[in-house]
Amino acid sequence: MVPLQPYFGLLAEFTEPEDLVAAARTVHEQGYVRVEAYSPYPVEGLSESLGFTRSRLPLLVLIGAFLGGIGGYCLQYWVAAVEYPLNIGGRPLNSWPAFIPITFECTILVAALFAVLGMLALNGLPQPHHPLFNVPEFANYASTDRFFLVIRADDPQFHETRTRELLESLKPMAIYEVPWV
Amino acid sequence: MSQQPEQHHEIHRPPVLRPGHSLLSVTEKISTIVLTRHTSTGWWIGFIVGFIGVMLLLLGITYLFIAGIGIWGLNIPVAWGFAIVNFVWWIGIGHAGTLISAILLLLKQQWRTSINRFAEAMTIFAVACAGLFPLLHLGRPQFFYFLVPYPATTGVWPQFRSPLMWDFFAVATYFTVSLLFWYMGLIPDFATLRDRAHRWGAKVIYGILAMGWRGSSRHWRRYQDAYLLLAGLATPLVVSVHTIVSFDFAVGIVPGWHETIFPPYFVAGAIYSGFAMVFTLAIPLRAAYGLQDFITDRHLDNSAKVMLASGLVVAYGYLMEAFMAWYSGHAFETYVFTNRFTGPYAPAYWSLIVCNIVIPQALWFRRVRRTPIALFFISLVINVGMWLERFIIVVVSLHRDHLPSSWGMYSPTFWDWALYLGTIGLFVSLLFLFIRFLPMISIAEMRELVEEHDQEGHGQQHAAPPLHEPPVGQEGGTPPDASPEEDRPPESS
Repeated sequence: MVPLQPYFGLLAEFTEPEDLVAAARTVHEQGYVRVEAYSPYPVEGLSESLGFTRSRLPLLVLIGAFLGGIGGYCLQYWVAAVEYPLNIGGRPLNSWPAFIPITFECTILVAALFAVLGMLALNGLPQPHHPLFNVPEFANYASTDRFFLVIRADDPQFHETRTRELLESLKPMAIYEVPWV
Repeated sequence: MSQQPEQHHEIHRPPVLRPGHSLLSVTEKISTIVLTRHTSTGWWIGFIVGFIGVMLLLLGITYLFIAGIGIWGLNIPVAWGFAIVNFVWWIGIGHAGTLISAILLLLKQQWRTSINRFAEAMTIFAVACAGLFPLLHLGRPQFFYFLVPYPATTGVWPQFRSPLMWDFFAVATYFTVSLLFWYMGLIPDFATLRDRAHRWGAKVIYGILAMGWRGSSRHWRRYQDAYLLLAGLATPLVVSVHTIVSFDFAVGIVPGWHETIFPPYFVAGAIYSGFAMVFTLAIPLRAAYGLQDFITDRHLDNSAKVMLASGLVVAYGYLMEAFMAWYSGHAFETYVFTNRFTGPYAPAYWSLIVCNIVIPQALWFRRVRRTPIALFFISLVINVGMWLERFIIVVVSLHRDHLPSSWGMYSPTFWDWALYLGTIGLFVSLLFLFIRFLPMISIAEMRELVEEHDQEGHGQQHAAPPLHEPPVGQEGGTPPDASPEEDRPPESS
């Protein structure tokens, strides 16, 4: 695949989380859409300032919980009443109270799997390499104490000089071009 | 009136994080423990001691596979011995990890942050040790997979109405969910280690484990959602697991087992023993690695309070068991209890009372809760006490059956002890590997804590006068109010 843009995007480096949130809000208000902010810990209000307000994860977990619960019960019902019925003193084959503990455990198990795997899938992980890691400052400090904002070059609004000027107006510590390789 | 000591108490409460730390210093302090080339002699000694235990475990398992469970002290009527005692003991220890990481997260208890990682590790290792025992106890351990409902050519399916199947599902789910929770919490820290490692090998391994985490705000958002949901799922799970473990007993009709109080009493006992194990591990760790800034006296104090409270619930359980035995007027129940107090295993029972009820009452005193060495000693005592409790429940209830003709005694053999000490060795060596190769405190969560403290610090400098210095002129005149800040209107218009 030959990238259309000469570089991945422009990266601005900040030292304070508040500056990053403010910068993200400004850039978002300017109409940029392919923007992402990076922080070494979850900063409150950061994803919202980029217009990302709702994640689909809770819905996914709910679906997982239903699948697990219904699946767990159906498995027990099918085994105990259909496939392998054991008549013990004429007691009902579908003895639902005895099936509750396993139904409950299956609900939790599948919901938890959906939560973690869903989080990874929605985040597009695992993704061992990303162009941002080509910037040494990002690779070394993004997971310690620096805050970064990237505007991708494939953003419809992206313009080499105007975008750079916008980023400079946000008073970052530095601005880097993110190379493809 | 009562406000004054309350305020006084607030002032002297040690902080959750010692002041003066920055994002960088927290990151460096915790990641250096892992990334340093130098492995201390103390670590090697501890690991080797644990490893000897692992060898003992392997020896015990090998001989068990060759000779069968007849090598244990089991007999009829005492068909459940050390294996089940140890199973319940280990799985109970695991519960504090989930309590700290999930329930305290939902309750927004900040002090959990620096102890949750290794408490979760403790959970996983303890559940791994616990899981071994029922499998080894099967008699034919090679057929353990019969527990899994899969379409076998034999056409035979598991019996889902049996508490032993519930147990299998509960423990398997618990292990999986704990592992997921733990791994997910580690992902951002793996990214930090990947970025800070100098050696190529470490960079690659941590890089693979980090899955390319780069701290994007959208990623963080989903991560936090997932973490919170997982905490919400783990909370009922942890209660269900020990409840189901108690069903293994309570569903049977053996006197001393067939009791409705078992589920809550088991859950409280699990938390009790788990917190004791947290102390047993945290106190030496924080001393050895100089982590007093992160695991402060506040953590010890709070955990001691949780331990005391759960210990009192356990004491209530003992009391109710005895009361019901008397109140029911049931001959067998009454006998089981008088036998506990005066029978051949009475020394174990009275040791249990001393370990679990008498000595822990020292935790009522703040001086004890703030003295690590005293806490360490009490935690060891409780660990022993909780093991004895399970011994009493399993063995002492079984050795006097309904029929005096089938009464018997149980005494553990060398192989019983070998497996028990062996799992302790396994636990210890896994734990030593953990503190050498993984960050034992969540770095990302500590950064959040640093940031919150920074903001609080700024707030106190610039805003209203501090709480603990009431204006001098007002004393006596106005009624003492606890929080002058709250009473003040937010903004004078």
